Amino acid sequence: MRHPGGRRVRHFSYTRAETLGHAVAALAANPQARVLAGGTNLIDLMKYDVEHPGAIVDINRLPLRDIEELPNGGLRIGALVSNSAVAYDPRVAERYPLLASAILAGASPQLRNAATTGGNLLQRTRCYYFYDPATPCNKREPGSGCGAIGGVNRIHAILGASEHCIAVHPSDMCVALAALSATVEVEGPDGRRDIPFTDFHRLPGDHPERDNTMHQGEIVTAIRLEGNHFAHHHSYLKLRDRLSYAFALISVAAALDVKDGQIVDMRVALGGVAHKPWRDTLAEAEFAGQPATRETFATVADRLLAGAQGQGDNDFKVPMAHKAIVRALSQAAAGTPQIQAEKHVR
Amino acid sequence: MLNEKNIFGFPLPRIDGPLKTTGTAPYAAEYHDPGMLFGHAFYATIASGRIVSIDTAKAEAYPGVVKVYTHKNRPDTASSDDAWKDEVAVPGHPLRPLENDRILYDGQPIALVIAESFEAARDAADLIQVAYEADEPHTNIEVEKAKSYVPPEARKEAFLPTDPRGDAEGAYEAAPFKIDAEYVQEGEHHNPMELFGTTVIRGEDGYLTVHDKTQGSQNSHDYVCGIFKLKPETVRVVNAYVGGAFGSGLRPKHQLFFAVMASLDLKRSVRVEMSRREMFYLTWRPATVQRMQVAADAEGRLMSVRHHAVQATSLYEDYQENVVNWSGLAYKCDNVKLSYELAKTTLSTPGDMRAPGAATGFLALESAIDELAYKVGMDPLEFRVKNFVTYDQNDDLKLTSKALDACYREGAKRFGWSKRSQEPGSMRDGHDLVGWGTATGVWEATLSPAEAKVRLFPDGKITVMAAASDIGTGTYTILAQIAAQNLGQTADRVSVLIGDSTMPKTAVEGGSWTAASSGSAVQAGCLEVKKTLLSLAQKMENSPLAGAEVEDLAIRDNRLVLDKNDQMGLAIADILGSNGMSSVEGHGKIAPDEEQAKEWVSYTHSAIFVEVKIDAELGVPRVTKIVSAIAAGKIINPKTARSQILGGVVMGLGMAMQEEGMIDHRTGRIMNHNLAEYHIPAHADVQDIEVIFVEEEDDKASPIGVKGLGEIGIVGVGAAVANAIFHATGTRHRHFPITIDKIMEGLPAR
Ligand SMILES: Cc1cc2nc3c(=O)[nH]c(=O)nc-3n(C[C@H](O)[C@H](O)[C@H](O)COP(=O)(O)OP(=O)(O)OC[C@H]3O[C@@H](n4cnc5c(N)ncnc54)[C@H](O)[C@@H]3O)c2cc1C
Ligand code: SF4
Repeated sequence: MRHPGGRRVRHFSYTRAETLGHAVAALAANPQARVLAGGTNLIDLMKYDVEHPGAIVDINRLPLRDIEELPNGGLRIGALVSNSAVAYDPRVAERYPLLASAILAGASPQLRNAATTGGNLLQRTRCYYFYDPATPCNKREPGSGCGAIGGVNRIHAILGASEHCIAVHPSDMCVALAALSATVEVEGPDGRRDIPFTDFHRLPGDHPERDNTMHQGEIVTAIRLEGNHFAHHHSYLKLRDRLSYAFALISVAAALDVKDGQIVDMRVALGGVAHKPWRDTLAEAEFAGQPATRETFATVADRLLAGAQGQGDNDFKVPMAHKAIVRALSQAAAGTPQIQAEKHVR
Repeated sequence: MLNEKNIFGFPLPRIDGPLKTTGTAPYAAEYHDPGMLFGHAFYATIASGRIVSIDTAKAEAYPGVVKVYTHKNRPDTASSDDAWKDEVAVPGHPLRPLENDRILYDGQPIALVIAESFEAARDAADLIQVAYEADEPHTNIEVEKAKSYVPPEARKEAFLPTDPRGDAEGAYEAAPFKIDAEYVQEGEHHNPMELFGTTVIRGEDGYLTVHDKTQGSQNSHDYVCGIFKLKPETVRVVNAYVGGAFGSGLRPKHQLFFAVMASLDLKRSVRVEMSRREMFYLTWRPATVQRMQVAADAEGRLMSVRHHAVQATSLYEDYQENVVNWSGLAYKCDNVKLSYELAKTTLSTPGDMRAPGAATGFLALESAIDELAYKVGMDPLEFRVKNFVTYDQNDDLKLTSKALDACYREGAKRFGWSKRSQEPGSMRDGHDLVGWGTATGVWEATLSPAEAKVRLFPDGKITVMAAASDIGTGTYTILAQIAAQNLGQTADRVSVLIGDSTMPKTAVEGGSWTAASSGSAVQAGCLEVKKTLLSLAQKMENSPLAGAEVEDLAIRDNRLVLDKNDQMGLAIADILGSNGMSSVEGHGKIAPDEEQAKEWVSYTHSAIFVEVKIDAELGVPRVTKIVSAIAAGKIINPKTARSQILGGVVMGLGMAMQEEGMIDHRTGRIMNHNLAEYHIPAHADVQDIEVIFVEEEDDKASPIGVKGLGEIGIVGVGAAVANAIFHATGTRHRHFPITIDKIMEGLPAR
């Protein structure tokens, strides 16, 4: 609700959902409603006067805190499982070490303990202008303009940006999930549906206020991991402005299936470069059968970054992404993934 | 009984530590009074211009709101600039919150909402509507430096660039090796854990007790008394505990003004606290552009030094630092020319931040010296040793002590400097390029006038009183140690009462002078106590101390005795009892020795050694080892002393590699105004740091031989890091902070 005087006053209702149906109904009933999970992003944004939900639907009581085995050897991670619980789950660590590694590259232990799987997917951009209501931002205030274009944009996009928004999705976890071709399970007023991970987040286009393809009233209930685990050849490499506790300038989730020195299957997802974890499956497919060497990886990087463009402050991201792709793929090929607790790059 | 654990040199843990770690040490914004009001300020969102209209009607109508203040209804205050100038004010027209319709910087407070609750005040503040007439912002130092000027009024005589000596131009031209380079350092922003906050408790008599986050209770006291024309005895300012300050709390901030103004106007207790965002609008380390022209002869003798600095200041004040004078005294050089100018910006007035001036000046000087050493082809440490100077060439003064040579030796040994190879890029560790860099630091060791009262009770308990502040440095602890040592007690018997404007006069807690100044005043107070005891004792019949002099005395087991023969003496209880007294008090006063200052000057010195490891492909930098060797007189408490140096070194790392207020120069607004995006070193960035103290015997620096440690730790660190990065990569980085992208772009081709 807009206060006649100007900005919004921060009154909101609070509902603690006891069942999923209850939560979906509460959410669908009010377009201004927001789900509260770990709260590490939503509450910050409310304090900064960026988000002003009319209603808070607290889903923390819902039974979404389990990691289940799937018959095909995959895992189903409930939306409320904390980032730490996922990263340290022995099954995840063994079968999907790329995911565990990406999570541990993010935030701080305290935040990872509080942050949830669903919340991590739905966290908002860290664009300085988005966070500052005194500045224009199409994502926060559609039609107000984009402060970051021509402004301070060190942390912004080099791929898939639009003239309306050049923000990036800040998550580390999601970059690994994109590489692993996970599936997002959502539940809404029209029932359940699956969204392939790479279709979950969207590019800004004309509607930067929309981060993802969920419909009004939908709740993320779980993430499904199936198919190739890439347990042997993978790496998550994150470059940032300090050795810990900073969002990625560039991150790469690399996964390889290698046979006799040749690429059988290759996945490369990039973080810090676009409005969504960036993957180009068509490009990836072109490299099947090629030798798993630095030379090939440099060509992969050329191909993935063909359309990359800096915004001024972030021009360095283009060469940085190139080097990071080559290095992460080399780490993956060698079976020496980056260890997040080790600060030197392998 | 004298316990060795309480005397000088013992690492006594902080006596205020348990209070702080259990959350029971109250900070300024934690005091409460039933019926108290809460203020929330409203800030301008343009960098320059005028308020055309400000509509507060809706805010005033908001439930719980008591009053909204703007420039239109601000209560009367003193009119002269002098009344607004605090103890550490700078030339110009100090900011008077809500003075008029002018906007001088983005983030300037332009309204204050007072309400029955914090939430009501904050919500109502959002209902204020302002229309502005905006002027062009000017915030880019690299642009604004084109209009630099020599400040017409000096902040301090000592900050004026010293007169040129010799022929710097001629010597430069004639020298075979020279460096002419420009260094840019972005603005840094104070972010101590405790936010600025003030709680004014109004007594029934109308007297005010003001809990303020400040580095000087008496400075805040005099400031509010001056502005609001209050009788001094009607106001008491308390800053019992301060959650970090580093210079940010030297000058009073607008929340103090607001809280006192509202309390006087509404006759209620009031609290006003800032948020983290506001920390970026005040007291920042100014962005600076420095040009260094240095030259050496073939033997590596420094032949010429020219240092020109341009620093950002605000539209309304000429904040100044001593940036360049260090370049005239750090090394032996006969041809020196120093100059310092300011550039106006539409930003708030900068302010002192740990080692103001020196931290900035040494960034450029010590980078340039390193560059010159390489030009000459000398080991950078050897080059520094070669140009060692034993006196202050700027003012032709003798140094009270300078164990910097020992710092070089000890530090180099501990670091393993002799294993360094000179060639950049020549040291490797796997994928990593390894770089070793060094730098020197100097900071002034000054004494400020200080007083302290020391009271001794018959049972040996001691109370020490001074207006001094403990901004987290350990003042409580060392004052207890000093009193205990001087009066033959253990430190746990000493109660230290500081952080209160009604206590004996002390300057603001800055410039690293508190330990030396207040410490010496406490020592002087203890001497007064002994003198009084002696004269009382000598009045007693058959006094065993009849012929004694105060120098011959000691206190042991609560007896005043002859140091050489402690059988001869009297119980303190008896001395006091027979004179009908329940305690004895000594009032210590110290002031800098002006006669001595004509001949002598004191500095602290440091030698810093840094190892960086940089991924040869990606440029990921890791500072893996630092040795900081410090010469700073006598160390009273090695534990609190080491903490000061560690903190300084870490802050220096931030200055070198992370800290930077990112300004959108189109609007003049700082965009990364929170601790998620304004980066300081995280734990992972802080690896092995070793601190070495090379002790100096120096009774001229201060009566207790102490020089002060709060600031020397940061000086030189930035340059040492930059020099190490050069040694690793072969690229000189002259734009600070040196972030990963810059390092990556400067990597050697593979
Ligand atoms: C200082 C700081 C540093 C950080 N650094 C990193 C980093 O380096 N890397 C990184 O990846 N992350 C980082 N984070 C972000 C952190 O990972 C996210 O804040 C966190 O994952 C969000 O999870 P949450 O459960 O707390 O979400 P919440 O704050 O509860 O919710 C976030 C958003 O998701 C919505 N939501 C939550 N759950 C659901 C659901 N099940 N269905 C539908 N909507 C939902 C909420 O409505 C809200 O809009 C950092 C955060 C901070 C504060
Ligand atoms: S980049 Fe996007 S989020 Fe940032 S200011 Fe522009 S529109 Fe807003």
